[in-house]
Amino acid sequence: MIKSGSHIRNKRSFKDHFKERKLLINRSIVAFVFVIVMMLALVVRAWYLQVVKHQDFQTRSNDNRISVQPIAPKRGLIFDRNGVLLAENRSIYSLEIIPEKAGDIDQVLERLLGAGFIEEKHQEKFLKDLRGQRRFKSITVKNRLTEKEVARFSVVRYQYPGVSVEARLVRYYPFGEVLVHALGYVGRINDRELARIDQANYKATRHIGKVGLEKHYEDLLHGTIGFRRVETDVQGRVIGEPLFEKPPIPGKNIRLSLDIRLQQIAAKAMGEERGSVIAIDPRNGEVLALVSNPGYDPNEFVTGISSASFRALMESKDRPMFNRALRGLYSPGSTIKPHMGWIGLEQKLVTTKTTVPDPGYWVIPNEEKRVYRDWKRGGHGEKVALLTAIVKSCDPYFYDLAYKMGIDTLSANMKKFGFGDYTGIDMGEEVPGIMPSREWKRSARKIPWFPGETVITGIGQGYWVATPLQLANAIGQLGMGSLRYQLHLVTATQSNGDWLRVPAKVASTQADFSNKDNLKAVQKAMHKVTQWGGTAFEAFREAPFTSGGKTGTVQLRAMGEEKYDESKIEKRFRDNAVYVGYAPFDSPEIAIAVVVENAGHGGSEAAPIARAVFDEYFKNQVADINLERKVAEGRN
Amino acid sequence: MALIDMDNSDRRGKSLAQQLHVDMPLIAGLLVLIGFGLLVLYSASGESQAQLNRQVVRLTLAFGAMFFLAWIPPRIYQKWTPFIYAFGVLLLIGVILFGDKGKGAQRWLDFGFFRFQPSEIMKLAVPMMLAWYFSERSLPPRFSELLSAAFLIGMPTLLIMIQPDLGTSILIASSGLFVVFLAGMSWRIIASFVFLIVSYAPIHWFFVMQAYQKQRVLTFLDPDKDPLGSGYHIIQSQIAIGSGGLKGKGWLEGTQSQLEFLPERNTDFIFAVLGEEFGFYGIIILLTIYLGIIARGFFIAVKAQDTYTRLLAGAITLTFFVYVFVNISMVTGILPVVGLPLPLVSYGGTSMVTLMASFGILMGIQTHKKLLPG
Repeated sequence: MIKSGSHIRNKRSFKDHFKERKLLINRSIVAFVFVIVMMLALVVRAWYLQVVKHQDFQTRSNDNRISVQPIAPKRGLIFDRNGVLLAENRSIYSLEIIPEKAGDIDQVLERLLGAGFIEEKHQEKFLKDLRGQRRFKSITVKNRLTEKEVARFSVVRYQYPGVSVEARLVRYYPFGEVLVHALGYVGRINDRELARIDQANYKATRHIGKVGLEKHYEDLLHGTIGFRRVETDVQGRVIGEPLFEKPPIPGKNIRLSLDIRLQQIAAKAMGEERGSVIAIDPRNGEVLALVSNPGYDPNEFVTGISSASFRALMESKDRPMFNRALRGLYSPGSTIKPHMGWIGLEQKLVTTKTTVPDPGYWVIPNEEKRVYRDWKRGGHGEKVALLTAIVKSCDPYFYDLAYKMGIDTLSANMKKFGFGDYTGIDMGEEVPGIMPSREWKRSARKIPWFPGETVITGIGQGYWVATPLQLANAIGQLGMGSLRYQLHLVTATQSNGDWLRVPAKVASTQADFSNKDNLKAVQKAMHKVTQWGGTAFEAFREAPFTSGGKTGTVQLRAMGEEKYDESKIEKRFRDNAVYVGYAPFDSPEIAIAVVVENAGHGGSEAAPIARAVFDEYFKNQVADINLERKVAEGRN
Repeated sequence: MALIDMDNSDRRGKSLAQQLHVDMPLIAGLLVLIGFGLLVLYSASGESQAQLNRQVVRLTLAFGAMFFLAWIPPRIYQKWTPFIYAFGVLLLIGVILFGDKGKGAQRWLDFGFFRFQPSEIMKLAVPMMLAWYFSERSLPPRFSELLSAAFLIGMPTLLIMIQPDLGTSILIASSGLFVVFLAGMSWRIIASFVFLIVSYAPIHWFFVMQAYQKQRVLTFLDPDKDPLGSGYHIIQSQIAIGSGGLKGKGWLEGTQSQLEFLPERNTDFIFAVLGEEFGFYGIIILLTIYLGIIARGFFIAVKAQDTYTRLLAGAITLTFFVYVFVNISMVTGILPVVGLPLPLVSYGGTSMVTLMASFGILMGIQTHKKLLPG
């Protein structure tokens, strides 16, 4: 592109500097003339707008002007699987002031105060909100007016130019804190969100999904803005009918897999305890109940929570704002023993007949420094085989199995049950937990893996942490002995009246259950857990359904030689009680994970909650079957 | 003390200006423009002292860049021109490969501690490169040389266009084309070039333009189609300007700009605020100031001593004019909306520093003259 140096020098000698200078000056003059002509074009345009068309534009700009009013779309509704409304829109009335039109703000506020329409706190808040706001923008003075207040103000409205009562649709969650961790909530749009969203589409919208489903499905739920052109008078009041209107497109309704009856039963069974209950349909990954306890009232956040209430929530030791279902990381404890057993059989490390002696402790062969204790003093006997090991939750059997297996095999195979990975739930806030492995420890902790850590991983302790969602999905997968699905809450979306199903997706990692004997062996053990002699027998005594499961009692504090005495230990150091299970045993339809923090034994504290949820589930089903039978009989 | 300083100001002021290599008429024009601009900005920002302060800080920085470039003798960067250009092109390729995305366009290079827009370098490097190229050859250019020039302009323009940043690519292309024009490209070729562009326009529309760019053009043709979205700007800014009338509504009194939700009224659309509050007279004043600065730029170009500086000075001046023209045209509804600020009036923007740097170059060209015999 650029020619060689000698060539350039050559040409240079032919340069006629005088001629060149003249050419450049000529061109500069032409350019300057061009600039002047274009500038004149701008002047002409300004003249056209400001002098010729001035009257037109003045009219449009003046008091009697056509203004474009944005209309907010209705936010999509949220239903449970049976069509029960979980999130709706209610109209509320608020008293608002447009400062520019109200004149002397302080005086207006004083008058409103004197007439008893507002209180001093409203006055203060308004003056605070006023700062930094554009003066032509409507600002709320008082929220949630009663019907009576609305009527009273309407009568004297004319005395208060610039002050008006506005009706708005505002989100309302009829089930309040029972559902807050499943739905999330909407709140006022803040500056950070303002920068992210399409501002033109949110011009009339005040709320936006802040957490949970409401946030994840914001685009779906919000809808598209509409507008109308109206004529307004000096006060900005609309005169006559709109000249033109483009109605907003409401947000899509969504239907969840959630069953509000199960959700309520689970929340009730949890009572005041901290923890989480997850119920899913393992056949498609639908979430039937998602409880994180304690919860809080999302409705407070919609209309603006007071800073005192907010501080109380933030500072509460029980951490009600924390979504334990999605983000709670718990050691799975003994609940993964069936999975361990299945991997052991598949890897041919043990058979169903292999036995391990359990004198109440276990040591790494040829290395007697460290003693790994059984939860039961004195142990489970001389010869413990897989079935007993799961049913009685014998620790040494699994210490031994994990030691034989090695961390690499253990970790790689547990990942096939979804441990250490997102369940894919459509909420955007879940954490993947940790399925420890050599590589994980090297990169996360910068130290090598120790054999002793493999041993305790075998009973679901150590670095291993999982969310309740993962626990439910993993037990459902083993209970069915087939594909695991991505967990999800939304099963269908509605637009123009038609429901469109959202297809279920299979998870990316799967276990191979082609050896039915191995599978049956651990499933049988899980069934026995709920039978006489099993750790969850009491909870499932005389159940009208068959089920399988596994208890877990997770130590939070390293115990030495001293005896674990529940009554002597401060509540927050007590064991976490865990139960995972599925039912019916032959063809699972529901899988569950229950975690109760610092409650004690899984069998006595967590399993009864699972039982309550199962009972409710099958009660409904019996009702459904009866209904079907009646319908069928009626037809005959 | 002050009195003594004033006494000496006549003699010392002149030598100081020379020492700093500042061109007095040019800097006077710029200061008047900036003063007027700050006045408008104060109103457009909703009387925000904080925004005003930040703007002044930015202006100070820009003046620093101007003084620095004025202080460098033009022959120095003339020597370095091809390297600056090559470096700029490399950075642009870097943006495509590693750039940071902001608002759907990829314009920034992130060095961790600061972010930087390489297209700013090219605003100066492209006219410099073209001026360098032609200064090495005899003028008017031959056809083969024009092809090389087209390549030198086209490459960075394309790289910026695919970021995509239409406004800046237009500026850079025109800054290069101005050099070619000033270098004496024959009128016949200019005419065929214009013809080519006109016939290319439909191809560009169907195959090159991004959806959001098309939207802008469509809205420009019929703003009422989308009165809440992109058409809103155009409608509102025309109402603002038109309702200003001859004398305007007065400073801080522009109901349209103050009351209506006119986005970007302190940045790209600040001209509408000026038009509303200062009226037609205000616009005439602003255009006169701009014209004065441009006239001084051409004066410097004509008085320059060699081809390189002459071409560069002319191109810088014309590019400044394009800034002014494109912005005012889009705000008044002559041209579709492209994101370009009103130079030295709009709030913020990295472009301010580049702009003042280019004025630094103009001053350098005027003040670093060799004494020629005769």
